Amino acid sequence: MVKRSVTLQRKWTTFLRIIHTGMVNFIRNTSLAVAAIAVMVVTLTIMLFSIIANQTFSNTVVQITDRIDISVYLKDTNTEEQNLAVVEQIDELPNVKSVRYLTKDQALERYVDQNSGNEALLLAVSQTDNPIPATVLVKPVDLNKIEDIRSFLTKTEIAALQSDEPSYSGDRKEAIDKITGATNVLQRIGITAVAVFTVICALIIFNTIQMAIFNRRDEITIMRLLGAKTSYIRGPFVVESIIYGILAGVLSILIINSAFLATSNALQASSLGLLDINYASVYFSENFFKLLTLQLVAGILIGTVSSVIATRRYLKFKTK
Amino acid sequence: MILLDRVSKTYNRSLGPSLDRISIHVEPKEFVIVVGQSGAGKTTLLRLLTREERPSSGKIIIGGIDYDKLKDKDIPLLRRKIGVVFQDFKLLPNKNVFENVAFALEIVGIGSKEIKHTVPKVLDIVNLKGKEKRMPHELSGGERQRVAIARAIVRQPRILIADEPTGNLDPKHAWDVIKVLEKINRFGTTVLLTTHNVDVVNKLKRRVITLEHGKVASDRANADYEAES
Repeated sequence: MVKRSVTLQRKWTTFLRIIHTGMVNFIRNTSLAVAAIAVMVVTLTIMLFSIIANQTFSNTVVQITDRIDISVYLKDTNTEEQNLAVVEQIDELPNVKSVRYLTKDQALERYVDQNSGNEALLLAVSQTDNPIPATVLVKPVDLNKIEDIRSFLTKTEIAALQSDEPSYSGDRKEAIDKITGATNVLQRIGITAVAVFTVICALIIFNTIQMAIFNRRDEITIMRLLGAKTSYIRGPFVVESIIYGILAGVLSILIINSAFLATSNALQASSLGLLDINYASVYFSENFFKLLTLQLVAGILIGTVSSVIATRRYLKFKTK
Repeated sequence: MILLDRVSKTYNRSLGPSLDRISIHVEPKEFVIVVGQSGAGKTTLLRLLTREERPSSGKIIIGGIDYDKLKDKDIPLLRRKIGVVFQDFKLLPNKNVFENVAFALEIVGIGSKEIKHTVPKVLDIVNLKGKEKRMPHELSGGERQRVAIARAIVRQPRILIADEPTGNLDPKHAWDVIKVLEKINRFGTTVLLTTHNVDVVNKLKRRVITLEHGKVASDRANADYEAES
Protein backbone atom coordinates (compact mmCIF):
# COMPACT_ATOMS: atom_id res chain seq x y z
CA MET A 1 0.00 0.00 0.00
CA VAL A 2 2.78 2.39 1.03
CA LYS A 3 4.83 1.37 -2.01
CA ARG A 4 1.85 2.02 -4.28
CA SER A 5 1.31 5.48 -2.84
CA VAL A 6 5.02 6.27 -3.29
CA THR A 7 4.77 5.15 -6.92
CA LEU A 8 1.69 7.30 -7.49
CA GLN A 9 3.39 10.24 -5.81
CA ARG A 10 6.42 9.81 -8.11
CA LYS A 11 4.22 9.55 -11.18
CA TRP A 12 2.44 12.75 -10.22
CA THR A 13 5.75 14.54 -9.56
CA THR A 14 7.03 13.30 -12.94
CA PHE A 15 3.84 14.50 -14.65
CA LEU A 16 4.23 17.97 -13.15
CA ARG A 17 7.92 18.05 -14.12
CA ILE A 18 7.08 17.10 -17.71
CA ILE A 19 4.62 20.01 -17.90
CA HIS A 20 7.11 22.38 -16.29
CA THR A 21 9.94 21.31 -18.62
CA GLY A 22 7.62 21.66 -21.63
CA MET A 23 6.75 25.21 -20.60
CA VAL A 24 10.38 26.15 -20.00
CA ASN A 25 11.37 24.67 -23.37
CA PHE A 26 8.53 26.56 -25.05
CA ILE A 27 9.84 29.86 -23.67
CA ARG A 28 13.38 28.99 -24.75
CA ASN A 29 12.27 28.05 -28.26
CA THR A 30 9.90 30.91 -28.93
CA SER A 31 11.62 31.87 -32.17
CA LEU A 32 11.39 28.27 -33.37
CA ALA A 33 7.75 28.04 -32.35
CA VAL A 34 6.54 31.12 -34.21
CA ALA A 35 6.19 29.34 -37.57
CA ALA A 36 4.37 26.39 -36.02
CA ILE A 37 1.95 28.64 -34.13
CA ALA A 38 1.36 30.88 -37.16
CA VAL A 39 0.35 28.03 -39.44
CA MET A 40 -1.79 26.54 -36.69
CA VAL A 41 -3.57 29.89 -36.29
CA VAL A 42 -4.28 29.93 -40.05
CA THR A 43 -5.65 26.36 -39.91
CA LEU A 44 -7.88 27.02 -36.92
CA THR A 45 -9.09 30.37 -38.30
CA ILE A 46 -10.12 28.70 -41.55
CA MET A 47 -11.89 26.02 -39.57
CA LEU A 48 -13.73 28.57 -37.44
CA PHE A 49 -14.61 30.66 -40.47
CA SER A 50 -16.00 27.59 -42.26
CA ILE A 51 -18.12 26.66 -39.25
CA ILE A 52 -19.58 30.17 -38.91
CA ALA A 53 -20.21 30.53 -42.66
CA ASN A 54 -21.86 27.12 -42.78
CA GLN A 55 -24.10 28.00 -39.86
CA THR A 56 -25.03 31.33 -41.46
CA PHE A 57 -25.96 29.69 -44.75
CA SER A 58 -27.94 26.95 -43.02
CA ASN A 59 -29.73 29.52 -40.90
CA THR A 60 -30.70 31.48 -44.00
CA VAL A 61 -32.11 28.34 -45.60
CA VAL A 62 -34.12 27.58 -42.47
CA GLN A 63 -35.44 31.13 -42.25
CA ILE A 64 -36.52 31.26 -45.88
CA THR A 65 -37.99 27.77 -45.79
CA ASP A 66 -40.06 28.86 -42.86
CA ARG A 67 -41.50 31.75 -44.80
CA ILE A 68 -42.44 29.65 -47.80
CA ASP A 69 -45.89 28.28 -48.28
CA ILE A 70 -48.19 27.07 -50.99
CA SER A 71 -51.28 29.19 -51.39
CA VAL A 72 -54.43 27.43 -52.62
CA TYR A 73 -57.14 29.83 -53.78
CA LEU A 74 -60.71 28.58 -53.42
CA LYS A 75 -63.69 29.60 -55.47
CA ASP A 76 -66.16 32.04 -53.92
CA THR A 77 -68.94 29.70 -55.00
CA ASN A 78 -67.72 26.85 -52.76
CA THR A 79 -69.60 26.13 -49.59
CA GLU A 80 -67.74 26.47 -46.28
CA GLU A 81 -68.05 22.66 -45.86
CA GLN A 82 -66.39 22.07 -49.23
CA ASN A 83 -63.52 24.40 -48.27
CA LEU A 84 -63.01 22.76 -44.90
CA ALA A 85 -63.05 19.33 -46.52
CA VAL A 86 -60.23 20.42 -48.83
CA VAL A 87 -58.28 21.77 -45.84
CA GLU A 88 -58.73 18.49 -44.00
CA GLN A 89 -57.57 16.45 -46.97
CA ILE A 90 -54.49 18.63 -47.47
CA ASP A 91 -53.68 18.33 -43.77
CA GLU A 92 -53.61 14.55 -44.10
CA LEU A 93 -50.93 14.61 -46.81
CA PRO A 94 -47.58 13.26 -45.55
CA ASN A 95 -45.32 16.16 -46.55
CA VAL A 96 -47.51 18.83 -44.98
CA LYS A 97 -46.14 20.60 -41.94
CA SER A 98 -49.10 22.87 -41.26
CA VAL A 99 -52.28 24.12 -42.90
CA ARG A 100 -53.98 27.43 -42.27
CA TYR A 101 -57.37 28.25 -43.65
CA LEU A 102 -58.23 31.90 -44.32
CA THR A 103 -61.80 32.89 -45.08
CA LYS A 104 -62.34 35.58 -47.71
CA ASP A 105 -62.35 38.26 -45.00
CA GLN A 106 -59.22 36.94 -43.30
CA ALA A 107 -57.48 36.66 -46.66
CA LEU A 108 -58.35 40.27 -47.45
CA GLU A 109 -57.05 41.37 -44.06
CA ARG A 110 -53.78 39.57 -44.70
CA TYR A 111 -53.54 41.06 -48.19
CA VAL A 112 -54.02 44.55 -46.79
CA ASP A 113 -51.37 43.90 -44.15
CA GLN A 114 -48.88 42.64 -46.70
CA ASN A 115 -49.42 45.64 -48.96
CA SER A 116 -49.71 48.32 -46.33
CA GLY A 117 -47.21 50.53 -48.17
CA ASN A 118 -49.06 50.49 -51.47
CA GLU A 119 -51.87 52.98 -50.99
CA ALA A 120 -53.06 53.01 -54.61
CA LEU A 121 -53.52 49.25 -54.57
CA LEU A 122 -55.35 49.34 -51.24
CA LEU A 123 -57.60 52.10 -52.54
CA ALA A 124 -58.45 50.04 -55.60
CA VAL A 125 -59.22 47.02 -53.45
CA SER A 126 -61.42 49.00 -51.06
CA GLN A 127 -63.53 50.34 -53.85
CA THR A 128 -64.70 46.94 -55.01
CA ASP A 129 -66.22 43.92 -53.31
CA ASN A 130 -63.66 41.71 -51.64
CA PRO A 131 -61.72 40.34 -54.65
CA ILE A 132 -59.52 38.04 -52.55
CA PRO A 133 -60.61 34.40 -52.51
CA ALA A 134 -60.65 32.19 -49.43
CA THR A 135 -57.13 30.80 -49.18
CA VAL A 136 -55.47 27.70 -47.77
CA LEU A 137 -51.83 28.31 -46.70
CA VAL A 138 -49.84 25.08 -46.77
CA LYS A 139 -46.32 24.76 -45.28
CA PRO A 140 -44.47 21.74 -46.60
CA VAL A 141 -42.02 19.72 -44.50
CA ASP A 142 -39.51 19.35 -47.33
CA LEU A 143 -39.49 21.86 -50.14
CA ASN A 144 -37.88 19.42 -52.51
CA LYS A 145 -40.70 16.95 -52.13
CA ILE A 146 -43.82 18.97 -52.84
CA GLU A 147 -44.82 16.79 -55.78
CA ASP A 148 -47.40 14.87 -53.75
CA ILE A 149 -49.03 18.14 -52.67
CA ARG A 150 -48.94 19.38 -56.23
CA SER A 151 -50.51 16.19 -57.61
CA PHE A 152 -53.25 16.32 -54.98
CA LEU A 153 -54.08 19.93 -55.88
CA THR A 154 -54.24 19.16 -59.59
CA LYS A 155 -56.73 16.32 -59.15
CA THR A 156 -59.84 17.20 -61.18
CA GLU A 157 -62.25 17.31 -58.26
CA ILE A 158 -59.89 19.47 -56.15
CA ALA A 159 -58.89 21.70 -59.08
CA ALA A 160 -62.59 22.29 -59.73
CA LEU A 161 -62.89 23.96 -56.33
CA GLN A 162 -60.02 26.37 -56.99
CA SER A 163 -60.39 29.83 -58.45
CA ASP A 164 -56.81 30.03 -59.62
CA GLU A 165 -53.60 28.02 -59.96
CA PRO A 166 -51.89 27.46 -56.60
CA SER A 167 -48.86 29.69 -55.90
CA TYR A 168 -45.64 27.81 -55.03
CA SER A 169 -43.37 30.75 -54.06
CA GLY A 170 -41.18 29.69 -56.95
CA ASP A 171 -38.63 32.51 -56.70
CA ARG A 172 -37.86 31.68 -53.10
CA LYS A 173 -37.43 28.01 -53.90
CA GLU A 174 -34.81 29.03 -56.43
CA ALA A 175 -33.07 31.17 -53.84
CA ILE A 176 -33.04 28.26 -51.43
CA ASP A 177 -31.59 25.97 -54.06
CA LYS A 178 -28.84 28.50 -54.71
CA ILE A 179 -28.00 28.91 -51.04
CA THR A 180 -28.08 25.16 -50.43
CA GLY A 181 -25.76 24.72 -53.42
CA ALA A 182 -23.44 27.43 -52.11
CA THR A 183 -23.48 25.84 -48.64
CA ASN A 184 -22.43 22.49 -50.07
CA VAL A 185 -19.63 24.07 -52.09
CA LEU A 186 -18.53 26.07 -49.05
CA GLN A 187 -18.52 22.94 -46.89
CA ARG A 188 -16.34 21.13 -49.40
CA ILE A 189 -13.94 24.05 -49.71
CA GLY A 190 -13.84 24.38 -45.92
CA ILE A 191 -13.12 20.70 -45.33
CA THR A 192 -10.44 20.61 -48.03
CA ALA A 193 -8.77 23.79 -46.76
CA VAL A 194 -8.81 22.54 -43.16
CA ALA A 195 -7.37 19.17 -44.25
CA VAL A 196 -4.61 20.74 -46.35
CA PHE A 197 -3.64 23.20 -43.64
CA THR A 198 -3.73 20.52 -40.96
CA VAL A 199 -1.19 18.51 -42.96
CA ILE A 200 0.99 21.61 -43.48
CA CYS A 201 0.63 22.37 -39.80
CA ALA A 202 1.69 18.84 -38.82
CA LEU A 203 4.72 19.02 -41.15
CA ILE A 204 5.84 22.33 -39.65
CA ILE A 205 5.41 20.96 -36.13
CA PHE A 206 7.46 17.91 -37.20
CA ASN A 207 10.17 20.24 -38.37
CA THR A 208 10.06 22.37 -35.24
CA ILE A 209 10.31 19.32 -33.01
CA GLN A 210 13.10 17.84 -35.12
CA MET A 211 15.07 21.07 -34.63
CA ALA A 212 14.30 21.08 -30.91
CA ILE A 213 15.43 17.45 -30.61
CA PHE A 214 18.60 18.29 -32.51
CA ASN A 215 19.30 21.26 -30.23
CA ARG A 216 18.81 19.09 -27.17
CA ARG A 217 20.45 15.91 -28.43
CA ASP A 218 23.16 15.93 -25.73
CA GLU A 219 20.60 16.41 -23.01
CA ILE A 220 18.47 13.61 -24.46
CA THR A 221 21.47 11.24 -24.63
CA ILE A 222 22.28 11.98 -20.99
CA MET A 223 18.68 11.52 -19.96
CA ARG A 224 18.59 8.12 -21.64
CA LEU A 225 21.85 7.02 -20.04
CA LEU A 226 20.56 8.07 -16.65
CA GLY A 227 17.48 5.90 -17.12
CA ALA A 228 14.81 8.41 -18.14
CA LYS A 229 11.72 6.73 -19.51
CA THR A 230 10.63 7.42 -23.06
CA SER A 231 7.56 9.26 -21.81
CA TYR A 232 9.75 11.56 -19.70
CA ILE A 233 11.87 12.48 -22.71
CA ARG A 234 8.95 12.75 -25.10
CA GLY A 235 6.50 14.44 -22.71
CA PRO A 236 7.97 17.97 -22.78
CA PHE A 237 7.89 18.02 -26.60
CA VAL A 238 4.22 17.06 -26.53
CA VAL A 239 3.50 19.69 -23.86
CA GLU A 240 5.29 22.26 -26.02
CA SER A 241 3.08 21.39 -28.99
CA ILE A 242 -0.03 21.51 -26.82
CA ILE A 243 0.97 25.06 -25.82
CA TYR A 244 1.21 25.93 -29.56
CA GLY A 245 -2.32 24.51 -29.94
CA ILE A 246 -3.75 26.48 -27.02
CA LEU A 247 -2.17 29.73 -28.20
CA ALA A 248 -3.30 29.14 -31.78
CA GLY A 249 -6.85 28.34 -30.61
CA VAL A 250 -7.07 31.56 -28.60
CA LEU A 251 -5.49 33.64 -31.39
CA SER A 252 -7.88 32.27 -34.03
CA ILE A 253 -10.87 33.22 -31.86
CA LEU A 254 -9.37 36.68 -31.32
CA ILE A 255 -8.83 37.14 -35.05
CA ILE A 256 -12.42 36.24 -35.92
CA ASN A 257 -13.70 38.36 -33.03
CA SER A 258 -11.65 41.35 -34.22
CA ALA A 259 -12.93 40.80 -37.74
CA PHE A 260 -16.53 40.95 -36.49
CA LEU A 261 -15.82 44.04 -34.40
CA ALA A 262 -14.12 45.79 -37.31
CA THR A 263 -16.95 45.05 -39.73
CA SER A 264 -19.93 45.09 -37.39
CA ASN A 265 -21.48 48.26 -38.86
CA ALA A 266 -20.98 47.10 -42.40
CA LEU A 267 -22.51 43.70 -41.56
CA GLN A 268 -25.60 45.16 -40.00
CA ALA A 269 -26.20 47.36 -43.02
CA SER A 270 -25.54 44.74 -45.64
CA SER A 271 -27.52 41.82 -46.86
CA LEU A 272 -26.47 39.74 -49.77
CA GLY A 273 -29.86 39.16 -51.26
CA LEU A 274 -31.63 36.75 -48.95
CA LEU A 275 -28.44 35.84 -47.05
CA ASP A 276 -28.55 37.06 -43.46
CA ILE A 277 -24.93 38.03 -42.89
CA ASN A 278 -25.64 39.61 -39.53
CA TYR A 279 -26.53 36.16 -38.19
CA ALA A 280 -22.82 35.22 -38.40
CA SER A 281 -21.99 37.77 -35.73
CA VAL A 282 -24.98 36.73 -33.59
CA TYR A 283 -24.04 33.05 -33.92
CA PHE A 284 -20.41 33.81 -32.98
CA SER A 285 -21.31 35.77 -29.85
CA GLU A 286 -24.03 33.34 -28.75
CA ASN A 287 -21.74 30.33 -29.11
CA PHE A 288 -18.50 32.04 -28.10
CA PHE A 289 -17.49 29.60 -25.35
CA LYS A 290 -18.54 26.56 -27.35
CA LEU A 291 -16.43 27.76 -30.28
CA LEU A 292 -13.51 28.65 -28.02
CA THR A 293 -13.60 25.15 -26.53
CA LEU A 294 -13.78 23.64 -30.01
CA GLN A 295 -10.77 25.68 -31.17
CA LEU A 296 -8.77 24.74 -28.08
CA VAL A 297 -9.62 21.05 -28.45
CA ALA A 298 -8.74 21.13 -32.16
CA GLY A 299 -5.45 22.96 -31.46
CA ILE A 300 -4.49 20.59 -28.66
CA LEU A 301 -5.40 17.59 -30.81
CA ILE A 302 -3.34 18.76 -33.79
CA GLY A 303 -0.41 19.58 -31.48
CA THR A 304 -0.56 16.28 -29.61
CA VAL A 305 -0.93 14.03 -32.64
CA SER A 306 1.80 15.82 -34.63
CA SER A 307 4.27 15.83 -31.76
CA VAL A 308 3.64 12.19 -30.84
CA ILE A 309 4.27 11.17 -34.45
CA ALA A 310 7.31 13.46 -34.70
CA THR A 311 8.90 12.19 -31.48
CA ARG A 312 8.24 8.59 -32.53
CA ARG A 313 10.02 9.33 -35.76
CA TYR A 314 12.96 11.38 -34.54
CA LEU A 315 13.59 10.03 -31.05
CA LYS A 316 14.79 6.52 -31.60
CA PHE A 317 14.89 4.52 -28.41
CA LYS A 318 15.88 1.09 -29.61
CA THR A 319 19.30 -0.26 -28.79
CA LYS A 320 21.52 -1.69 -31.48
CA MET B 1 26.48 -9.21 -9.15
CA ILE B 2 27.84 -9.03 -12.70
CA LEU B 3 27.99 -12.15 -14.85
CA LEU B 4 29.13 -12.35 -18.46
CA ASP B 5 29.10 -15.82 -19.96
CA ARG B 6 30.86 -16.29 -23.31
CA VAL B 7 29.78 -12.87 -24.52
CA SER B 8 30.72 -11.78 -28.05
CA LYS B 9 30.02 -8.58 -29.90
CA THR B 10 30.70 -8.13 -33.59
CA TYR B 11 30.01 -4.80 -35.27
CA ASN B 12 31.43 -5.68 -38.65
CA ARG B 13 32.12 -9.26 -39.68
CA SER B 14 35.08 -8.30 -41.86
CA LEU B 15 36.81 -6.61 -38.88
CA GLY B 16 36.28 -9.54 -36.53
CA PRO B 17 34.65 -9.45 -33.09
CA SER B 18 35.22 -6.51 -30.72
CA LEU B 19 34.58 -8.89 -27.83
CA ASP B 20 35.22 -12.59 -28.33
CA ARG B 21 33.55 -15.06 -25.96
CA ILE B 22 34.54 -13.30 -22.76
CA SER B 23 33.40 -14.62 -19.39
CA ILE B 24 33.65 -12.43 -16.29
CA HIS B 25 32.14 -12.83 -12.86
CA VAL B 26 32.17 -9.93 -10.40
CA GLU B 27 31.05 -10.46 -6.80
CA PRO B 28 28.98 -7.90 -4.89
CA LYS B 29 31.04 -5.06 -3.30
CA GLU B 30 34.07 -5.92 -5.43
CA PHE B 31 36.30 -3.24 -6.97
CA VAL B 32 37.40 -4.42 -10.41
CA ILE B 33 39.69 -2.62 -12.81
CA VAL B 34 39.51 -3.40 -16.51
CA VAL B 35 42.64 -2.47 -18.43
CA GLY B 36 43.62 -2.84 -22.03
CA GLN B 37 44.87 -0.83 -24.96
CA SER B 38 42.61 1.19 -27.21
CA GLY B 39 40.45 -1.17 -29.25
CA ALA B 40 40.86 -4.01 -26.73
CA GLY B 41 37.09 -3.97 -26.12
CA LYS B 42 36.79 -2.01 -22.83
CA THR B 43 34.25 0.50 -24.11
CA THR B 44 32.26 -2.22 -25.89
CA LEU B 45 32.13 -4.14 -22.63
CA LEU B 46 30.72 -1.17 -20.76
CA ARG B 47 28.24 -0.35 -23.54
CA LEU B 48 26.97 -3.92 -23.27
CA LEU B 49 26.57 -3.58 -19.51
CA THR B 50 24.56 -0.36 -19.82
CA ARG B 51 22.60 -1.97 -22.66
CA GLU B 52 23.57 0.68 -25.17
CA GLU B 53 24.48 -2.36 -27.27
CA ARG B 54 23.15 -5.89 -27.47
CA PRO B 55 25.64 -8.79 -27.46
CA SER B 56 25.92 -10.82 -30.67
CA SER B 57 25.97 -13.94 -28.50
CA GLY B 58 26.41 -14.98 -24.87
CA LYS B 59 24.59 -14.22 -21.67
CA ILE B 60 24.71 -11.13 -19.42
CA ILE B 61 23.12 -10.99 -15.98
CA ILE B 62 23.49 -7.93 -13.77
CA GLY B 63 21.95 -7.64 -10.30
CA GLY B 64 19.62 -10.49 -11.13
CA ILE B 65 18.46 -8.98 -14.42
CA ASP B 66 18.88 -11.34 -17.37
CA TYR B 67 19.53 -9.18 -20.44
CA ASP B 68 18.02 -11.80 -22.74
CA LYS B 69 14.67 -11.27 -21.07
CA LEU B 70 14.99 -7.48 -20.84
CA LYS B 71 12.52 -5.63 -23.04
CA ASP B 72 13.42 -2.29 -24.61
CA LYS B 73 10.85 -0.51 -22.49
CA ASP B 74 12.54 -1.81 -19.33
CA ILE B 75 16.00 -0.49 -20.24
CA PRO B 76 15.41 2.74 -18.27
CA LEU B 77 14.66 0.66 -15.17
CA LEU B 78 17.94 -1.24 -15.63
CA ARG B 79 19.91 1.98 -16.04
CA ARG B 80 18.44 3.33 -12.84
CA LYS B 81 20.09 0.44 -11.01
CA ILE B 82 23.52 1.11 -12.48
CA GLY B 83 25.50 4.30 -11.93
CA VAL B 84 27.67 5.27 -14.89
CA VAL B 85 30.56 7.75 -15.02
CA PHE B 86 31.91 8.79 -18.42
CA GLN B 87 35.35 9.97 -19.50
CA ASP B 88 33.80 13.17 -20.95
CA PHE B 89 31.65 13.73 -17.82
CA LYS B 90 28.43 14.26 -19.80
CA LEU B 91 27.25 17.08 -17.55
CA LEU B 92 24.50 19.42 -18.68
CA PRO B 93 26.26 22.73 -19.37
CA ASN B 94 23.22 24.89 -18.61
CA LYS B 95 22.65 23.40 -15.16
CA ASN B 96 24.71 24.10 -12.05
CA VAL B 97 26.35 21.43 -9.88
CA PHE B 98 23.30 20.93 -7.68
CA GLU B 99 20.92 20.78 -10.66
CA ASN B 100 23.12 18.31 -12.54
CA VAL B 101 23.05 15.89 -9.61
CA ALA B 102 19.36 16.56 -8.90
CA PHE B 103 18.61 15.76 -12.55
CA ALA B 104 19.24 12.05 -11.94
CA LEU B 105 16.63 12.10 -9.19
CA GLU B 106 14.16 14.27 -11.09
CA ILE B 107 13.87 11.84 -13.99
CA VAL B 108 12.77 9.06 -11.65
CA GLY B 109 10.13 11.24 -10.03
CA ILE B 110 11.76 11.97 -6.65
CA GLY B 111 10.15 14.98 -4.98
CA SER B 112 11.89 18.33 -4.57
CA LYS B 113 12.01 18.03 -0.78
CA GLU B 114 13.88 14.73 -0.92
CA ILE B 115 16.20 16.09 -3.62
CA LYS B 116 17.10 19.08 -1.43
CA HIS B 117 17.87 16.68 1.38
CA THR B 118 19.84 14.07 -0.60
CA VAL B 119 21.95 16.05 -3.07
CA PRO B 120 24.03 18.01 -0.49
CA LYS B 121 24.89 14.74 1.27
CA VAL B 122 26.18 13.19 -1.95
CA LEU B 123 28.09 16.35 -2.87
CA ASP B 124 29.72 16.08 0.55
CA ILE B 125 30.82 12.49 -0.22
CA VAL B 126 32.56 13.65 -3.43
CA ASN B 127 34.08 16.65 -1.61
CA LEU B 128 32.13 19.30 -3.50
CA LYS B 129 30.37 20.89 -0.55
CA GLY B 130 29.95 24.63 -1.09
CA LYS B 131 30.16 24.40 -4.87
CA GLU B 132 26.49 23.66 -5.48
CA LYS B 133 25.85 26.87 -7.41
CA ARG B 134 28.88 26.60 -9.73
CA MET B 135 28.28 25.96 -13.40
CA PRO B 136 30.26 23.11 -15.05
CA HIS B 137 32.51 25.54 -16.98
CA GLU B 138 33.56 27.11 -13.67
CA LEU B 139 34.95 23.80 -12.38
CA SER B 140 38.24 21.97 -12.92
CA GLY B 141 38.23 18.64 -14.78
CA GLY B 142 38.52 16.71 -11.53
CA GLU B 143 35.65 18.61 -9.98
CA ARG B 144 33.48 18.01 -13.03
CA GLN B 145 34.22 14.31 -12.84
CA ARG B 146 33.28 14.29 -9.17
CA VAL B 147 29.96 15.96 -10.07
CA ALA B 148 29.43 13.15 -12.58
CA ILE B 149 30.21 10.59 -9.86
CA ALA B 150 27.81 12.31 -7.48
CA ARG B 151 25.14 12.12 -10.16
CA ALA B 152 25.91 8.43 -10.73
CA ILE B 153 25.66 7.48 -7.06
CA VAL B 154 22.87 9.77 -5.89
CA ARG B 155 20.29 7.06 -6.55
CA GLN B 156 22.39 4.63 -4.52
CA PRO B 157 22.99 2.09 -7.29
CA ARG B 158 24.45 -1.27 -6.31
CA ILE B 159 26.84 -1.09 -9.27
CA LEU B 160 28.96 1.83 -10.43
CA ILE B 161 30.57 1.66 -13.85
CA ALA B 162 33.31 4.20 -14.49
CA ASP B 163 34.56 4.45 -18.06
CA GLU B 164 38.08 5.95 -17.96
CA PRO B 165 37.00 8.59 -15.44
CA THR B 166 40.59 9.83 -15.07
CA GLY B 167 41.29 9.90 -18.79
CA ASN B 168 41.07 13.68 -19.11
CA LEU B 169 42.57 14.56 -15.73
CA ASP B 170 46.01 15.47 -14.41
CA PRO B 171 47.51 13.05 -11.82
CA LYS B 172 46.38 15.02 -8.76
CA HIS B 173 42.79 15.33 -9.89
CA ALA B 174 42.81 11.76 -11.18
CA TRP B 175 43.77 10.54 -7.75
CA ASP B 176 41.00 12.64 -6.11
CA VAL B 177 38.50 10.90 -8.33
CA ILE B 178 39.89 7.43 -7.56
CA LYS B 179 39.75 8.15 -3.83
CA VAL B 180 36.07 9.02 -4.18
CA LEU B 181 35.47 5.74 -6.05
CA GLU B 182 37.21 3.82 -3.27
CA LYS B 183 35.07 5.57 -0.69
CA ILE B 184 31.91 4.61 -2.59
CA ASN B 185 33.14 1.01 -2.79
CA ARG B 186 33.68 1.00 0.98
CA PHE B 187 29.98 1.97 1.34
CA GLY B 188 29.14 -1.32 -0.39
CA THR B 189 28.81 -0.41 -4.07
CA THR B 190 30.34 -2.74 -6.64
CA VAL B 191 32.73 -0.69 -8.80
CA LEU B 192 33.86 -1.55 -12.31
CA LEU B 193 36.56 0.82 -13.48
CA THR B 194 38.25 0.95 -16.86
CA THR B 195 41.47 2.89 -17.08
CA HIS B 196 44.72 3.45 -18.91
CA ASN B 197 46.33 4.98 -15.89
CA VAL B 198 49.26 2.82 -14.72
CA ASP B 199 49.63 4.74 -11.42
CA VAL B 200 46.01 4.21 -10.53
CA VAL B 201 46.20 0.47 -11.16
CA ASN B 202 49.42 0.06 -9.25
CA LYS B 203 48.34 2.07 -6.23
CA LEU B 204 44.91 0.52 -5.92
CA LYS B 205 46.13 -3.10 -5.80
CA ARG B 206 42.73 -4.50 -6.76
CA ARG B 207 41.47 -7.21 -9.07
CA VAL B 208 42.63 -6.38 -12.59
CA ILE B 209 41.09 -7.84 -15.77
CA THR B 210 43.17 -7.30 -18.86
CA LEU B 211 41.49 -7.28 -22.25
CA GLU B 212 43.47 -7.92 -25.42
CA HIS B 213 41.94 -8.06 -28.88
CA GLY B 214 38.50 -8.60 -27.41
CA LYS B 215 39.53 -11.48 -25.14
CA VAL B 216 40.30 -11.74 -21.43
CA ALA B 217 44.10 -12.00 -21.42
CA SER B 218 44.35 -12.19 -17.64
CA ASP B 219 42.24 -11.84 -14.51
CA ARG B 220 44.26 -11.38 -11.29
CA ALA B 221 43.54 -10.25 -7.77
CA ASN B 222 45.67 -7.54 -6.06
CA ALA B 223 47.54 -7.05 -9.28
CA ASP B 224 49.48 -4.16 -10.73
CA TYR B 225 49.79 -2.92 -14.27
CA GLU B 226 53.39 -4.01 -14.83
CA ALA B 227 52.57 -7.55 -13.84
CA GLU B 228 50.02 -7.64 -16.64
CA SER B 229 52.16 -6.25 -19.42
